[in-house]
Amino acid sequence: MAIQRISLTNLEKNFQEVEPGLTNQEAIDEANRCLYCYDAPCIKACPTGINIPAFIKKIASGNLLGSAKTIMSANPVGASCARVCPTEELCEGACVLNHSTKPIMIGNLQRYATDWAIHNNQTLFEKGESNGKKIAIIGAGPAGLSAARELARLGYKVTVFEAANKAGGLNTYGIVSFRLPQRISFWEVEQVEKLNVTIRTNTMVGRDITVEELMEGFDRIVLAAGMGHVPELGISGEELDGVYDAIEFVKATKDGKLSNEFVGKRVIVIGAGNTAIDGATCSIRLGAENVKILYRRTVDEMTAYDFEYEFAKQDGVEFRWLTAPQRILGSENGKVTGIECIKMKLGEPEADGRRSPLAVVGSEHVIPVDAVVKAIGQTRHLSLIERFGLEHDGGVVKVDPFTLETSNPNIFACGDVIFGKGQGEAMVVTAAQQGKDVAYAIHKQFTTVGNT
Amino acid sequence: MADLRINLAGIKSPNPFWLASAPPTNSGYQVQRAFEAGWGGAVWKTLGDPILNTSSRFAAISFNGQRVAGFNNIELITDRPLDVNLKEIYETKKKFPNHAIVASLMVEPKQEKWHEIVKRVEDVGVDGLELNFGCPHGMAERGMGSASGQVPALVEKQTLWVKEVAKTPVIVKLTPNITDITATAEAACNGGADAISMINTINSLMGVDLDTWNTIPHVAGKGAHGGYCGPAVKPIALNMVAECARHSQINVPISGIGGISNWRDAVEFMLMGATGVQICTAAMHHGFRIVEDMIEGLNHYLDGKGIAAVSDIIGKSVPKYSDWGNLDLNYNIVAKINTDVCINCNKCYIACEDTSHQCIEMLSDASGKNYLRVWEEDCVGCNLCAIVCPVDGAIEMIEVPNEMPPMTWNERQAVINAVITSKVDTTK
Repeated sequence: MAIQRISLTNLEKNFQEVEPGLTNQEAIDEANRCLYCYDAPCIKACPTGINIPAFIKKIASGNLLGSAKTIMSANPVGASCARVCPTEELCEGACVLNHSTKPIMIGNLQRYATDWAIHNNQTLFEKGESNGKKIAIIGAGPAGLSAARELARLGYKVTVFEAANKAGGLNTYGIVSFRLPQRISFWEVEQVEKLNVTIRTNTMVGRDITVEELMEGFDRIVLAAGMGHVPELGISGEELDGVYDAIEFVKATKDGKLSNEFVGKRVIVIGAGNTAIDGATCSIRLGAENVKILYRRTVDEMTAYDFEYEFAKQDGVEFRWLTAPQRILGSENGKVTGIECIKMKLGEPEADGRRSPLAVVGSEHVIPVDAVVKAIGQTRHLSLIERFGLEHDGGVVKVDPFTLETSNPNIFACGDVIFGKGQGEAMVVTAAQQGKDVAYAIHKQFTTVGNT
Repeated sequence: MADLRINLAGIKSPNPFWLASAPPTNSGYQVQRAFEAGWGGAVWKTLGDPILNTSSRFAAISFNGQRVAGFNNIELITDRPLDVNLKEIYETKKKFPNHAIVASLMVEPKQEKWHEIVKRVEDVGVDGLELNFGCPHGMAERGMGSASGQVPALVEKQTLWVKEVAKTPVIVKLTPNITDITATAEAACNGGADAISMINTINSLMGVDLDTWNTIPHVAGKGAHGGYCGPAVKPIALNMVAECARHSQINVPISGIGGISNWRDAVEFMLMGATGVQICTAAMHHGFRIVEDMIEGLNHYLDGKGIAAVSDIIGKSVPKYSDWGNLDLNYNIVAKINTDVCINCNKCYIACEDTSHQCIEMLSDASGKNYLRVWEEDCVGCNLCAIVCPVDGAIEMIEVPNEMPPMTWNERQAVINAVITSKVDTTK
């Protein structure tokens, strides 16, 4: 199966979008199948509340500009979400046709309409009349862009500070190209920039501009910095040549310049979330001969979406459940040669309800490998949060659940900086909604009588 | 297997499915292919003085992706010489002696013209004649087709002329482009028609191109009205057939035409008084092979109902078709939503709330599950909710028992009038 899907001679082909877009005929046929429900459950299931029946009806009537506007007005990263949303758990899962025939392909229709807008170079929105207020947004990922877009439409002068070379955050760097090509994310960034939003890339707050400068220079600050790198495993051999951070590993495949150093190699990915799946499928698509995912728990505790798990299996990724790394082994010249693992068994449930893995004594074994990709979560931007003096819980910024206001009333937070510890969801679409919520909360502060 | 044979005013065919006079019956090659596929009869594309046709002739309406919901043409009668058509009719009849071949005819409204063509086509052995008083475009501008068919006196007179010489049964094909089709149907009967057929096509303009602002179709940037047919016209045709069937002065067999796409439509037309049916658009959309399902479906339907012959169903629903004034005002139905089947699309709710009688409510139960409820006391039994419901069986219209005896508008008015006229007595 893997051999049929993957080319070893043309790696670029492996990173082309896997899902083809709908043809015009497919889109119109599917759009006509939509019942156009009243008070539709798909709208309620969408974290950004896109008026899905309306945008689908507009596809059917040939009003594609209106369709794209309906989508993008509710979700400033709606073109990306069309591709990356777990639709079967959201809109498509709520479609009433699940109870009658089969659900509408909402994600694919959303992609069809937004692809039309991209292809036809449409500008969908205009900036609002200036109100003289200045907002700084830290992070140009889905949450930051979403807040920027809505604030700009409301008349605020927005400056976004982005540490990376390009804006877009996760959508630009973190989601594998064969799911989400960079050009989609760039179009969404461009839509925001067209509203007179300034995006200062290669600008890390705390390094290139101080927290104090932001606090003094702007009326409000939105912290949407996302998360950091993959943490240390805390085992020996992590410094060896051939050990990768999954986030960086995926990022390196996103600009289209693909390395052929993995062709024919054996790769181990540690972790079983969606990022681990990305690391594994990217490895396969870079030509790796064998890719194994190690996870210390079982398939039942795995946090990756089911469709991602299925996709990885179809790519030929192997799974080693109840297996934990002990140490990474290297050669004399510092290159990874293998990984020593130990078998685990599940013990009693922990506080989060998941059963804790326990090592099986004497089950140590070595798997020979050429590369190890770590995907065991992401670190928090702790120092940045503390420099702003914000209350947090282990790096998860504390916010008012409705206004997303932090412990400092001039600072709001959204996206992954507030995800975790039982707070929020890690989806792009949730970040987009939080960005909107922050924008409206800030606007409310300025427009409520008594506030200036 | 039921007996599917029909006998329409003496024209016999092995089944009730005939091809209507139209492009599918343009040539012997086509009609023979149709008979091989199983069609019971064919009305040859209208014969007359050969005409010239335009290029770009047909157009169709798609509705929500459904192609050919309605169809339109500006093609005229045959563009082939009469002797070529006659030769092919002769050959086809020889090959298929048991199939019905009816010659559709259209000439100028002159007695000698009708006499001449009737004699010529009967000489080659047709089973009957159909007078085309319906074609609404082109020919009508020259005083033929629907121009004749819209004037009862002309219908009667021309029918009479044909009957003066015709030896085979004469069917008069009527145009729907008239206020009351029974007026022309009666005229045809008065002229001696052996049968009537309806409907011909309806005046139509299929559309306007949003970019070029040309008509659809257009001929070098200009358009003219065409004739509309296909599934969309079926209800109009069915009503006209039924109105003629229940008319006391129209007592000839009817050949039903108009949007018939399958055996079910055919059964409906026959129940409403048609002796047989004629079909065109469905064949143009799918080819002659569709007749296989028509024949089989009709057979299974009749067998399932225990009906021995298709002729037994002719007109069985006609007594059920009446005037509004004869409908029972005390008959009540209300909507019942089967929440087990309902998928909660709420189409019924919004249709009722915005455009009908505001008697459906959106509710949730203790567990938070949404459901819909009909306020039966406010429901007028309009059927709208059941019509828009996308799931079979989710909404039923059920009869509500009424203690009141049946009472029609006409009966009610009669009672009121009786009270008024006897008022003098009652107030004494």
